[in-house]
Amino acid sequence: MTLGILVAYLVLLLALGAWSSRRFRGTGEDFFVATRTLGSVLLLTSLFGTNMTAFSLLGASGEAYRRGIGVFALMASSTALVTPLVFLTLAPRAWALGKRYGFTTQTQLVRDRWGSEGLGLALLAFQIALLVPYLLIGLKGGGITLAQITAGAIPEWAGSLAVSAVVLAYVVAGGVRGTAWANAAQTVIFTLLGAVTFWIVVSSFGGLAAAFARVAAVEPELLVRGDRIRPLELLSYLAIPLSVVGFPHIFLHWLTARDAAAFRLPVVAYPVCVAAVWLPSVTVGVLSAAEIPGLAGPEANTVLIKMIALHAPGVLAGLLAAGVLAAVMSSLDSQSLALSNIVTHDVVRHYGLHDRMSDRLEVVLGRAFVAGVLGIAWLLSVVIDSSIFRLGVWAFSGFAALAPLFVAALFWRRATRAGAWASLATAAALWTAFLVRGWSEPGYTVAGSGLMPVAVMVAAAAVVLIVVSGLTRPPSAARLARYFAAPDPGPARPRT
Amino acid sequence: MRLPRGVVLAVAALAVLHNDLWWWNDPRLVLGLPVGLAYHLAFCLAATLVMAVAARRLGRGGDGGEER
Repeated sequence: MTLGILVAYLVLLLALGAWSSRRFRGTGEDFFVATRTLGSVLLLTSLFGTNMTAFSLLGASGEAYRRGIGVFALMASSTALVTPLVFLTLAPRAWALGKRYGFTTQTQLVRDRWGSEGLGLALLAFQIALLVPYLLIGLKGGGITLAQITAGAIPEWAGSLAVSAVVLAYVVAGGVRGTAWANAAQTVIFTLLGAVTFWIVVSSFGGLAAAFARVAAVEPELLVRGDRIRPLELLSYLAIPLSVVGFPHIFLHWLTARDAAAFRLPVVAYPVCVAAVWLPSVTVGVLSAAEIPGLAGPEANTVLIKMIALHAPGVLAGLLAAGVLAAVMSSLDSQSLALSNIVTHDVVRHYGLHDRMSDRLEVVLGRAFVAGVLGIAWLLSVVIDSSIFRLGVWAFSGFAALAPLFVAALFWRRATRAGAWASLATAAALWTAFLVRGWSEPGYTVAGSGLMPVAVMVAAAAVVLIVVSGLTRPPSAARLARYFAAPDPGPARPRT
Repeated sequence: MRLPRGVVLAVAALAVLHNDLWWWNDPRLVLGLPVGLAYHLAFCLAATLVMAVAARRLGRGGDGGEER
C-alpha cells in the first residue's frame, strides 16, 4: 500500500512536469524566472513549499517529543512573524530591481550595487558553501526516512536516487515554472498529511483535553517550557528566519512574481500556513511521549513515523511517505535550480561567455547544471556520513548572517563597498568560529546562556557594516542613481 | 514601500509579545491546548491580521522599486 501511494505520487509529479513543459517558452529567462509571470497563488505555494523542509514534519515532532510545546514558539511563530515581514519589505524591491536590471542572482545585485567583482565572488563562494550541505541533508534525510517508513523495502540509496531522478525530470522539463507547479502539489500534500495525522491521533486519544491529560500524567514538563527552553533562546530564535533573506532559492522565487501585488497573498497567508503545518507536528510529537516513551537522540525524530504506524498503518503510512517526499522535493528542486542558476550566470556567463551565451545555450546549460548538481548531491549523500546534518543545521545561521548585507544593498544608500566587505567577512568569520565551537557541543549556545549564535552573527554583521560604512567614502552619485532617487533637498530657503 | 507607522508599531509589539514569559510554567489548557501553545497559535493569527493590513499597500503606486 505504502509503495503504491509513493509510486502514484511520483507519477503525479512527473505528469505535472510534463504539463508545465508545454508552457515553457524556451528562453533562459523562462527557465530560471518563468519570465516573471507567476501569480500570487503559485508564488505562495512555491515560497512556502521551498522553505518548509522535512524538518517541519519529522524534526519538529522529534524536537517537541524532547522539549515540549515550546518548540512551536521557537520555530513556528518566530517564522510566522519574520518571514512574511521579509516578503513584505525586501521581496518587492528585489523583484523590481531584478526586473529593471535583469538580475537573477543575489551575486549580480551585490556586484552591481557596489561595483565590486571580488565582493560578488566572495558572496558566491560563501553561499555555495552554505547551500550544498543544506541541499544534502534534504536528500539524505529523504532516503533515510523512506527506508524507515518502508521498513527497508526501499534502501536509503534507492530512495535518494528516486527523489533526485524525479526532481531532475520536472525541473529540466519546466524550469522554475515546473518547480512552482510541483511545489503547489507538494504543499497541499504535506499540509494535508499534517491535518489528517493530527485528527486521527487526537481522536484516538479521545480528544485534545484527554490527550494532553495523558501527557500531563507521564511527563508534565512537556506542556510548559520550564527548563527545557530558556528565555534568551526564545528571544534569539527570532533571528533564524532571517535566513530567507540570504537563501538563493528564495530570491529566485521572488523574481518569478508577475508584479509587486503578487506578494500580497504570500505575505498574508504565510503565518497561517506555518501554523497549519507545525501545529500537528508539535502536538503529535508531544502526545507521542504518552505512548512511546524512552526514545533518545536521533531516534526521537521517528516519533511521527511510529505514531502513524501505531494509529493508522496502511493509507496514512503511504501518505506520510508522500508527505515527507513532498517536503524534501519541494526544497531540493528550488535549491538545485538556484545552484544551476548561479553556475550558469555568475560563473559561465560572467567569467566566460558574456553576451555570446544564446537563449538556447542558457537553457541547455541550466538543464545540464541541474543534472550535475543533483547527480553530485546524490553521490555525496551515499558516501557521506550523518555528520552532514550538523553542518546543514548551521547553514541557516550563515544565511541569516547575510541579512544586513542584503538589506543595505536594497535600502541603505550610505552603505559602502568597504562596509559590505566587512559585513560579509564578519558573517563568514563568526559562522566558521561558531561552527567549530558548536561542532563538538550539539545544542551549543553563547556562553551557555541560551543565546543562539545566529543572533550574535546578525548583530555583528550589521554593526560592522554601519561602522565601516560610516568611516569610508560613500558610493559615487552615478552608482547610487541606479538604485535610489536623489535625496529630497527640502524646502527652498530664501537668500539672505 | 514605506510601512505605515501603525504597522511598524504592530510588528514591534508582536516581536515583544513573542517572548511570552508570563505563560512559561503555566500548564492550564485553553481550547484543549496547553496555554503556551494556544497563545502562539493566536500569535500566528495576529501576525496574519497585521500582515493583511500591511500588504494592502503592496503594488500600489509603483513596482516596489520606488526607493530609486
